[in-house]
Amino acid sequence: MADTTTRYLGMELRSPLVASPSPLTGKIDHLLELDDAGAGAVVLPSLFEEQLRDDAMAVARLLAVGTSVGAEASTFVPEMDDYNLGPAPYLRLIEEAASRVSMPVIASLNGASPGGWVKHARWMQDAGAAAIELNVYSVAVEPWTTGGEVEDRLVSLVGEVRAAVTVPLAVKLSPFYSALANLAARLRDAGADGLVLFNRFVQPDIDLDRLVIEPKVHLSSSAELLLPLRWIAVLRPQLLLSLAATSGVHRVEDAVKLLLAGADVVMTTSSLLREGSGHMRDLVTGVAEWIDRRGYASVEQLKGSLSQARVPDPAAFERTQYVQAITHFPV
Amino acid sequence: MSRIATVDGNEAAADAAYRLSEVIAIYPITPASTMGELSDTWSGRARPNLWGDVPEVIEMQSEGGAAGALHGALQTGALATTFTASQGLLLMLPNMFKIAGELTSAVIHVAARAIATHALSIFGDHSDVMAARTTGFAMLCASSVQEAHDLSVIAHLATLEARVPILHFFDGFRTSSEINVVSLLDDEELRSLVDEDAIRAHRDRALSPEHPVLRGSAQNPDTFFQAREASNLYYDAMPAIVQKWMDRFAAVTGRQYHLFDYSGHPEAERVVVLMGSGSGAAREAADDLVARGERVGVLTVRLFRPFDAVALAHALPPTVTRIAVLDRTKEPGALGEPLFQDIVTALAEERPATMPQVIGGRYGLASKEFTPAMVHAVFAALTDPAPRRRFTVGIVDDVSHLSLPWDRSASTEPDDVLRAVFYGLGSDGTVGANKNTVKIVSNATGRHGQGYFVYDSKKSGSMTVSHVRFSPRPIEATYLISQAQFVACHQFSLLERNDVLALAAPGATFLVNSPYGVDQTWDRLPAEVQAAILDKGLEVYAIDAYKVSREAGLDGIVSTALQTAFFELSKLLPREQAREEIKAAIRKTYGKLGDAVLEPNFRAVDAAFDAVTRLDTAGKTVTGRPRPPAVPADAPDVVQRVTARMLEGQGDLLPVSAFAADGTFTTGTAKYERRSIALEIPEWDPELCIDCGKCSLVCPHAAIRTTVAEPESLLDAPSKFQSKPAKEKAFSGFRYIVQVAPDDCTGCGICVEVCPVRSKEAANHKAIDMVPKDEILDTARDNWEYYQSLPKVDPTKIPATVRGTQLREPLFEFSGACAGCGETPYLKLLTQLFGDHVIVANATGCSSIYGGNLPTTPWSAGADGRGPAWSNSLFEDNAEFGLGMRLALDQRRAAAERLLRAHAGRVGDDLVDALLTADQSDDAGLAAQRERVAALKRSLASLNGGADPSTKDLVTLADDLIDNAVWIVGGDGWAYDIGFGGLDHVLASGRNVNVLVLDTEGYSNTGGQASKSTARGAVAKFASAGKSTRKKDLGMLAAGYGSVYVAQIAAGAHDLQTVRAFTEAASFPGPSLVLAYSHCIAHGIDMEQGMAHQKAAVQSGYWPLYRFDPRHALRGDHPLRLDSKAPTIPFEDFAKQEARFSVLSRVNPAAAEHLFRLAQHDIDERWHFYEQLGEIERWSDEEVD
Repeated sequence: MADTTTRYLGMELRSPLVASPSPLTGKIDHLLELDDAGAGAVVLPSLFEEQLRDDAMAVARLLAVGTSVGAEASTFVPEMDDYNLGPAPYLRLIEEAASRVSMPVIASLNGASPGGWVKHARWMQDAGAAAIELNVYSVAVEPWTTGGEVEDRLVSLVGEVRAAVTVPLAVKLSPFYSALANLAARLRDAGADGLVLFNRFVQPDIDLDRLVIEPKVHLSSSAELLLPLRWIAVLRPQLLLSLAATSGVHRVEDAVKLLLAGADVVMTTSSLLREGSGHMRDLVTGVAEWIDRRGYASVEQLKGSLSQARVPDPAAFERTQYVQAITHFPV
Repeated sequence: MSRIATVDGNEAAADAAYRLSEVIAIYPITPASTMGELSDTWSGRARPNLWGDVPEVIEMQSEGGAAGALHGALQTGALATTFTASQGLLLMLPNMFKIAGELTSAVIHVAARAIATHALSIFGDHSDVMAARTTGFAMLCASSVQEAHDLSVIAHLATLEARVPILHFFDGFRTSSEINVVSLLDDEELRSLVDEDAIRAHRDRALSPEHPVLRGSAQNPDTFFQAREASNLYYDAMPAIVQKWMDRFAAVTGRQYHLFDYSGHPEAERVVVLMGSGSGAAREAADDLVARGERVGVLTVRLFRPFDAVALAHALPPTVTRIAVLDRTKEPGALGEPLFQDIVTALAEERPATMPQVIGGRYGLASKEFTPAMVHAVFAALTDPAPRRRFTVGIVDDVSHLSLPWDRSASTEPDDVLRAVFYGLGSDGTVGANKNTVKIVSNATGRHGQGYFVYDSKKSGSMTVSHVRFSPRPIEATYLISQAQFVACHQFSLLERNDVLALAAPGATFLVNSPYGVDQTWDRLPAEVQAAILDKGLEVYAIDAYKVSREAGLDGIVSTALQTAFFELSKLLPREQAREEIKAAIRKTYGKLGDAVLEPNFRAVDAAFDAVTRLDTAGKTVTGRPRPPAVPADAPDVVQRVTARMLEGQGDLLPVSAFAADGTFTTGTAKYERRSIALEIPEWDPELCIDCGKCSLVCPHAAIRTTVAEPESLLDAPSKFQSKPAKEKAFSGFRYIVQVAPDDCTGCGICVEVCPVRSKEAANHKAIDMVPKDEILDTARDNWEYYQSLPKVDPTKIPATVRGTQLREPLFEFSGACAGCGETPYLKLLTQLFGDHVIVANATGCSSIYGGNLPTTPWSAGADGRGPAWSNSLFEDNAEFGLGMRLALDQRRAAAERLLRAHAGRVGDDLVDALLTADQSDDAGLAAQRERVAALKRSLASLNGGADPSTKDLVTLADDLIDNAVWIVGGDGWAYDIGFGGLDHVLASGRNVNVLVLDTEGYSNTGGQASKSTARGAVAKFASAGKSTRKKDLGMLAAGYGSVYVAQIAAGAHDLQTVRAFTEAASFPGPSLVLAYSHCIAHGIDMEQGMAHQKAAVQSGYWPLYRFDPRHALRGDHPLRLDSKAPTIPFEDFAKQEARFSVLSRVNPAAAEHLFRLAQHDIDERWHFYEQLGEIERWSDEEVD
């Protein structure tokens, strides 16, 4: 049997298959199932600082409903002892998960204020997170904000969090940066231990019946893995950084392709949401079997063997147009 | 160690009652609800009683039910209590006789409140407790917040030894809702007082099959009397026992009470006797007079029943020659009020030789102000050589001339008492901040603090006035502040309509929240405010708290900044200490909401200190615009004379002669109020409009109107008046108009949300949009003025469509209901359909308050003078009240028909036949019948001058030949709970009444307590852990009769079905029941989206729509029609939109998951059940003949 262990963010994982953030990874029962299925690690759902703030304000608004509007009722809703606001429930999840599963538990953070990133990252570390994944992205809609400023902010943020915690730090990026390789290098220099490629977002959609905008989450398809595949293959030889691939991993073949391109771990969400956490076992054993079948000794051996530096046609990873591709065909 | 706490009287009393009880039966009623709510909350948090057990707290269906449960719990050996007031206490009376008759140790705590007579009043007096004085309960009266706690303890202790149950009462609002700094006994102190042997004896008397007894027998003439006398010795012993417990209490706490406490000159000649909060004002007046050398005093009664005449005689100085007894109740026709009568009897028996002259007066009914100046007037009256034997004080009685004159400007408050008055809006945080301020100052300075809060009777845009005192001594001033050294106006708009400086003392500090900056603020102040500032020499400070709050991230909550400004100006604390103390208080209030809520508040505090700016008034002159008159100049005389005074806050000055002796008021007065509270109002785009009328249908305040008019009738319209070609076929060639009443709109935006049309160019532009009011106000006013002059649409020409209903004149307009109210659109629709021939019986609740609480009423008459006649009887009896109306109408109709037949020869057979057989089922039929009745009256007038008595009778009864509809209206608290027995009986009666239940699924008026209509999984007061039981299916209970028309409707989901249900219910010749889903602020929703919530409620199957029409109870037909589709969205999708459900997911996710699963099951099971019922045949009685 081939050795399926892999190193990610300095941690030794038993499998390169990692469950990425989803409602599944927020429930202890599913975490136990994923652990039992042999997942290499798990990333908990993101803690959104903005959501925490909104929740608190929503409760504050609720408690203010109708207060002191008349002599007969000074309030309209009963006041409770504890609204489970703030990060405490999330931190409790980290604690419980870390104590009950054998795989590393990675916390995911989406901050909303400079102090918030640092503060919450530290709390996550204290609660027992094996690593922290920074889930960073905002839509820069103002015409006066430059791409450079967006990147500078990101780099400085990573630096601040790095200074605040000692656990490994991954940064989950969107594909919408104009010079990803340069950014990746800067993030490494700022203290990131790894990159997670790529973040998929809720995108606004239009409901044609009601003519209103509605956020839509589409589950990914295997076709989407090509984008991370390219960038992982490109970045692998350039940077000493952990690389995680996420987006479009549904089948064993998808996972293997990304490993070949150079991913240290392969993350999946949609397939688990679609097929249940038991699907993790199929992927874990499937990858092991594929490696065995194809005569690789280990995941480490396989990882990056088709990265840009190790393929006969490195330029293939730089082509962006079909028309360029066919001109290389001999005529 | 006692705990120093800043609490109100309700909490002070309940804190002791809870810890000394095992079973607590509750039911909401103002102003006692808080005691039940606290008990429920404490029980929910597993707060133990003195013995380590968590008391069982149960909400009952009525106070009668609470008393029954209390009685049962007591009989079975529990330490049990309940809390109530007013009508609630009346419902408890039968059980109170039993509980006392059986010598059962118990305490009932009462926040004493007026009994509804000529009008309902939620405010405080003793008319409720005085109605209970024959029950056999002892009656112990607390006069202050501290006493509400202390006498609560003493009551629970004394009753255990004495076995006589005790009614412990204190004044509603003045004591129940006043915040004061008090000392609460800790558990150790309580434990040291409790007589455990007496508790064991109480338990030993309990019913038990192990030692069975019979209690509650029926007795015959041979024995009842003697047996009734058997308890006498217990009553004889009671006063001494109460005094003993007062003494023991004093030994532990140092606070000594007596059955009668005298205060004043030791050799007083004139004494005022009273009980309750008024004694605070009375003592202050007496102290003032004694200091001026007068020999006066005040006797405060604490134990009113059993009345200890000997103790009374001993308590009075022997020198007293004249006594004025003040009663806070009215007993019409009696020789005097109850306390007066008892004092006279007691002194006649105890001091026959030195019997003082005793006079009796009434004061303070329904929280009427009672001030030291009024007590001065009473003392002055006692110096009269021949004083009035009976009098009133506090009003001007120009009818029976009983009232004593008093000096309204007199004040006896010492200068070292800081008096501050704050004007704010409900929900802007002013009241909450002031409660915190009282706590902060009390804790930090050791000063005594007092807060009392006055509200107007509107549920939207309501003004709050906080009266706050700080003193080096305990504060016993039980009256409103009249000479404030500090006045704050927290909302600039309040200056426009209210005399906020009326209470400012000369030289006072005035803080105004102004968005206009230092430069412009002066000129923005109304002329009256400027004049008052200059006349009184006020120091003026301004702060833009709107800006401070906005920049700090606090949306609309200006109170944090203004509270800080108060500290900055009052100098009660050094600035830095104030900053820390305010923040600590904020942390205490909002700590559990986390930094997200704390930090914006902290930022507001920090910014506010420097945002207060002094406004230099030197050289200023009156430049502002005068305040608009309270009502327009063209308002009717009674509105000018009476309503306007109330609107100006001058209702206290109205004399007795201003009012009808029987409580009757004119309708249609809300339209004169023009509150203009909206910041944004709707603007119509005729280009987009499709004439659907939905905006008008859903408008809770009838502030959007639609009509059609012939083009030529609009020739004189203002230049910006808008109209469009009407789509309705019946009005082809007419112009269609949508018009906003800009000063009556509350800005809720619900109209915009339901507008189905969007611009093709920009999806955020609808046929009706909200725009800043100031931008279109002048135009909208002109247009509304003109709109009102347009001829009304002839109802006989209006088609029976949803759009058609909105062309009819609403006769329910501009109520004070909440912005976005879910109930009022139904009432408005009711008046649009049947308003000219309807009598409304309205159960007490939200609808009776926004419908009938002075100063104004939304119930109106149409241009022809016809409109709904409205009355409110009680909470519990509304169905019966309406049935009584029906019976009377039917009886009068029968008499009219009999007389008519007898006159056939004289007025003509044709007319008589036509009158007797008229089809009055539609507008045309009604109009024709009115014509006939008019003809009949003309004919009768010509008959021998109408001298024949039977002709006179027919003239009186002729209008009864016109069909009138009775609509019985109320909320779910009435229909599902307290009034259900009566409702059931009325539905069973078969009589032609229509019942409209405005179902908010909870007791909205008293603050959102759970009713049996509250759904499983919903969080409400009295169900704070989420209601665990299923909602009662009232509709199917009624449908079970087979002979009752039942409809379940939701206008926001299916407006056509709503209209059909109303018209079918009206046309059904028997009883009908319409259950109308009414979204409510207690649901925790954005009220602008109220109709969308109604839709989601229906889509999820949470609120299925149906009509059960017994006219379809035939072989081969099915009376039940489901009008909504099978659920298309899961319950959870609906529930997560409403905080009443979603908050449970946050607080207790596991419970929420469980209850939501059950709630979904309820929906699925009910839908399955209804689908089966839809296939079922019922056979009506008609088949028999």
